[in-house]
Amino acid sequence: MEQGWYSVGQPEQRIDAEEKARGTVRFVGDYLSPGLMHAKLVTSERAHAEIRSVDVTEAWKVPGVRAIITGEMFPFHIGPILADRPPLAFKKVRYCGEPLAIIVADAEDQAKQAAERVVVTYDPLPVVNSPSDAMRPGSPLVHEDAGSYQKLISNVYPVSGTNIGSHIKIRKGDAGAAWAQCDETVTASYSFNLTDHAAMEPRAAMAEINPSGKIIIHSCSQSPFTIKKVLNQFFNVELGNVIVHIPLVGGAFGGKGTVQLEPLAYLASKAVGGKLVRLEYSREEDMRTAPCHIGLEATVRLGADKDGRLLAGQYTFLFDSGAYTDQGAGVTRAAALDCTGPYDIANVWCDSYCVYTNHPYATSFRGYGHPELSFAVERTMDKLARRLGLDPVEFRLRNAIKPGDETPTQAVLTANNIGDSAQCLLRAKELIGWDGGKAREAAGGKVRSKGLSLFWKTSTTATNAQAGAVIKFEADGSVNLNCAAIELGQGTKTVLAQILSEKLKMPLSKIRVTMEVNTQYDPHQWRTVASSTTFLAGRAVMSAADDAIAKLKKTAAVALQCAEEDLDIGDGRVYYRPAPEFGVDIQEIALGYKFPNGHTVSGQVIGVGKHVQTHLTPMDEKTGFGKPGPWWSVGAQAVEIELDPADYSYRVLKALTVLDGGTIINPRMAEQQMRGGMYLGLSFASTESFRFDAEGIVLNPSLRDYQMLRFGEEPAEYMVDFVQTPSAAGPYGARGIGEYGVIGMAPALANALSAATGAELDELPLTPETVWRAAGEGSR
Amino acid sequence: MNRSIRQSKTVYRLNVNGETKEAMGRPADLLLDTLRTGLGLTGAKKACKNGDCGACTVIVGGDAVHACLMLTAEAEGKPVRTIEGLADSPVQRAFVDHWAIQCGFCTPGFIVKGHSLLEHHPDADDETVEEWLQSNLCRCTGYAEIKDAIQAAKKGFAD
Amino acid sequence: MIGFNFDYHRPGTPEEALSCFRESTGQGLQTVFYSGGTEFLTHARTGEISAGAVIDIKDIPECRELQWDGEILMIGAALTLNELAGSGEYPLLALAAKGVADHTSRNKITIGGNVNSRLPYREALLPLLLADAAAKVAGPEGERTLPLSELVGQGGRLPSGELLLQILVSRRAVERPHFFRKKTRMTKVGYPLVSLAADREGSRISGAFSGLCGQPFRLAQVDEVLSDKSLTPEAQAAEIRSLLPTAVTADQYASAEYRLFVLGRMLHELAEEWEECR
Repeated sequence: MEQGWYSVGQPEQRIDAEEKARGTVRFVGDYLSPGLMHAKLVTSERAHAEIRSVDVTEAWKVPGVRAIITGEMFPFHIGPILADRPPLAFKKVRYCGEPLAIIVADAEDQAKQAAERVVVTYDPLPVVNSPSDAMRPGSPLVHEDAGSYQKLISNVYPVSGTNIGSHIKIRKGDAGAAWAQCDETVTASYSFNLTDHAAMEPRAAMAEINPSGKIIIHSCSQSPFTIKKVLNQFFNVELGNVIVHIPLVGGAFGGKGTVQLEPLAYLASKAVGGKLVRLEYSREEDMRTAPCHIGLEATVRLGADKDGRLLAGQYTFLFDSGAYTDQGAGVTRAAALDCTGPYDIANVWCDSYCVYTNHPYATSFRGYGHPELSFAVERTMDKLARRLGLDPVEFRLRNAIKPGDETPTQAVLTANNIGDSAQCLLRAKELIGWDGGKAREAAGGKVRSKGLSLFWKTSTTATNAQAGAVIKFEADGSVNLNCAAIELGQGTKTVLAQILSEKLKMPLSKIRVTMEVNTQYDPHQWRTVASSTTFLAGRAVMSAADDAIAKLKKTAAVALQCAEEDLDIGDGRVYYRPAPEFGVDIQEIALGYKFPNGHTVSGQVIGVGKHVQTHLTPMDEKTGFGKPGPWWSVGAQAVEIELDPADYSYRVLKALTVLDGGTIINPRMAEQQMRGGMYLGLSFASTESFRFDAEGIVLNPSLRDYQMLRFGEEPAEYMVDFVQTPSAAGPYGARGIGEYGVIGMAPALANALSAATGAELDELPLTPETVWRAAGEGSR
Repeated sequence: MNRSIRQSKTVYRLNVNGETKEAMGRPADLLLDTLRTGLGLTGAKKACKNGDCGACTVIVGGDAVHACLMLTAEAEGKPVRTIEGLADSPVQRAFVDHWAIQCGFCTPGFIVKGHSLLEHHPDADDETVEEWLQSNLCRCTGYAEIKDAIQAAKKGFAD
Repeated sequence: MIGFNFDYHRPGTPEEALSCFRESTGQGLQTVFYSGGTEFLTHARTGEISAGAVIDIKDIPECRELQWDGEILMIGAALTLNELAGSGEYPLLALAAKGVADHTSRNKITIGGNVNSRLPYREALLPLLLADAAAKVAGPEGERTLPLSELVGQGGRLPSGELLLQILVSRRAVERPHFFRKKTRMTKVGYPLVSLAADREGSRISGAFSGLCGQPFRLAQVDEVLSDKSLTPEAQAAEIRSLLPTAVTADQYASAEYRLFVLGRMLHELAEEWEECR
């Protein structure tokens, strides 16, 4: 390593790879327990209807049924931002798949049989089937009085008497006057339906209530401490009495960041006297009952002078948040505050709406508003470049945001809080072999073209988001690390071990990380979302290591009879800096230093540490003014595609990400994250989409009908490169990188296909039929 | 009549990973549920229960099948191999060495399918690899490392 | 997890299978023959179908045969699609079989199950329609042989209580030059927007289609069009459109117009492949 680092920057193997390869890792659905009871949901078959009756007579006749819970037994609303969602629908249903009742039975097949025998009768209501329909005057209302719900955070603005769950405004500069100075403007609209995270592990949870009142939840959540909070806030239980256990998680992509399943499992356990109950979603429930990835209808207007300087931007986002706001309200906000993409624009006007429809409800998805806004913005950038007669790369370079500029919320950027977007773009240009974005003929009558995008993202964590870490030394001098970061495939536990290894100058093999999380013995952590874990938990681990090092030195100073300040630590020893051969092995002091006469001083070394976000602020309601996140990571992406103009089928030859992630802690895992992100982005962009019929029913809630790219359909070549502008606040200069690979893929693909066909591809997914239709053949 | 099970429960005798195992079950029980709940072999995962994703793949009588689309009764009398019985597979090693694992939920199914592929075609060409492995979905990796791992594992089968 | 219970029987002969069927239905149980079982199990899980007794036919030796009897290829109904794809005996059937579902599923899906499927696709049926295949069926009245198309063609269904033992195809049909194309919406594993199986004898071309309409079909008038060398592929597509048995399918995978576009592309590819006979 050029920096002379010990573990940071090294491609250390994941610490969980072996057991995952052997199939012995236990996910939440793999826990067996004698006496375990099983819960199944009855879900709505209608997208919008009043519930006339829920008849459970026949269900009770199935042997082994012990409890049936229906909506009126808990007629309250919950939610992470706006409390607008009943855990079980009562009075009316607002989406197809919404939970209506829970059956608890001794055996799973009994619960399933009983669930199939519940008879629900509905009085249908008119269905709100798209965000633009929802915004039309006179539209049926999904919620009778959106303004009446309890707000859990300040930045949510529902509008009574409408389908608006939140309206976020950005007003920067004088957007009205600036348009007059523009030599070229472009206005265009974009859209895509709700899609799904489709993590391979469907959501599942278990709950039990012990006689002393402790509630023990086992789940595959990204947010164990939020589960505690939700049960406390809405179910009137003592926060400290809720213990949440999270084993390894089988993929999440933001979909397991919100709380839906656990309160239902809690209600189920409560109904059977606190016995251990498992509630496990089928794939169909995981897709349409559980929250999904938000949809969007967007209109973007950009204006520039003849030199290609962007002067003004206007952005209208109608997010399809489905029946409830959940994290959709947060996505609406996140997309607004970064609405311009990584461009310096003096005059910005953005209206970002979280719109209620009768679709399954949306929550966070990898990128949190940014893949969505980037599709609209980066398509428009290509169009305006063309109008101006500029190469799309050159046009982006002229406007790329940099230290000294201000974001749409007027946060001031510095060399520490934003990466180098221009350098990312230039590197991407070089690696993809940028040719101006022109279509070229290829063998067999095919056409090749390239498309590119520039993106950014800040993480809108809670302003007090934090993490903690505890490190405990063993008698042999090795270390245990406890931290509530959730391992969901991103490799966070390995990265944290590397950070600790770096601090202690101790090999990774001597560091054991508790892979599971238990809120009772792990320190508090906000959540494992928002690409924030390397930063927050990483800093906490560093702080815990500093604490442990100080304690080790203190004990060693006694053993070595010298000053603490003269001691250093490394390779399992504490040693005297002026004469490093003079030192003591950590195992001699891990449980205290024992003198030859048996007297012992200091005892066990336990390091504790924590880190909390600094200087974040909420947004101003009227203008958006505020500092929403600790840093902006920036990156550029590109694809090269080959299209067969005879039938509009295509394949992606190359997909490229250049990201300024600050210091990269583990290059191999960082590459994995980028590749996986590019795959997810391309699959979303090219094939994924929920399909609704006229009644708002999801037609494809299964992995057979909801199609995603399979083995062999990924890009023929993935290319990943990092620009490493260190972040002063991050651990060893690292920034968050987890979400970034996905963000710019849809616009890069659409830009490439638009270049290849000469058509404007402004709708997703980009199936051959979409391309065929846009290319005008469909109308012939 | 080779086998008849009435609606009451029965004791299944299965040959799993070279051992004879007994498990109680209904005629309507799926092999996946018997393996997981009856025998505690949870390596095969429940991810779609519809034959769409391959996460529950096991080898029955020499062929990879979805354990979610097979009755336990159908597996009686045939050797069953699960991820737990493939500890020495070069495919398993290659998945670790080539970084083909992230969350690990699809991994057992991929390794079982890859192992079955190389048992049948130790020198599988790219087209065959693609045909076989398209049965399995992964959401984390983007497949490139899985492809590398299968290529590398071929050498292990050739030796 | 299947929510209902059923009896499971695995008979060793057709006679046992039929007596088992009689006995079960006599007890008032809804009884089904079960071969690969993939479709039964997926629909049973979602509660769309149910049964009181399941008769698994995989141990009946005749249902597992693949062999020539003189000029006739006997294809056991319980052979899996992968067994047929790998056998080399019937190349066009191998191609069509390989298009169905995914490789792991094809280790379980059988030819009998596919041609009897409730789904509208049944792509393994296409070569058999071209071959004018026969079906050997065991029923309460004993065994009989009849054209397969009568049983499982357009609108046809194997009557309840009858068991498909084998499909019989002539060597002449098996050895004809052939063509197969399948186009999906985007990813390769998926239901067909259009599948086309074609074969050729002299200058006469026959075609069978799946995905285009609600059922797979082969029509004599369509064969006429396909064999008409004076027509361009575009003209053929237009003619075929007017001959279709039902409206072109429009669903979540594709619009009707796009399916017709795909059909046109396939006819182009067919014309290119068999250019020498035009």
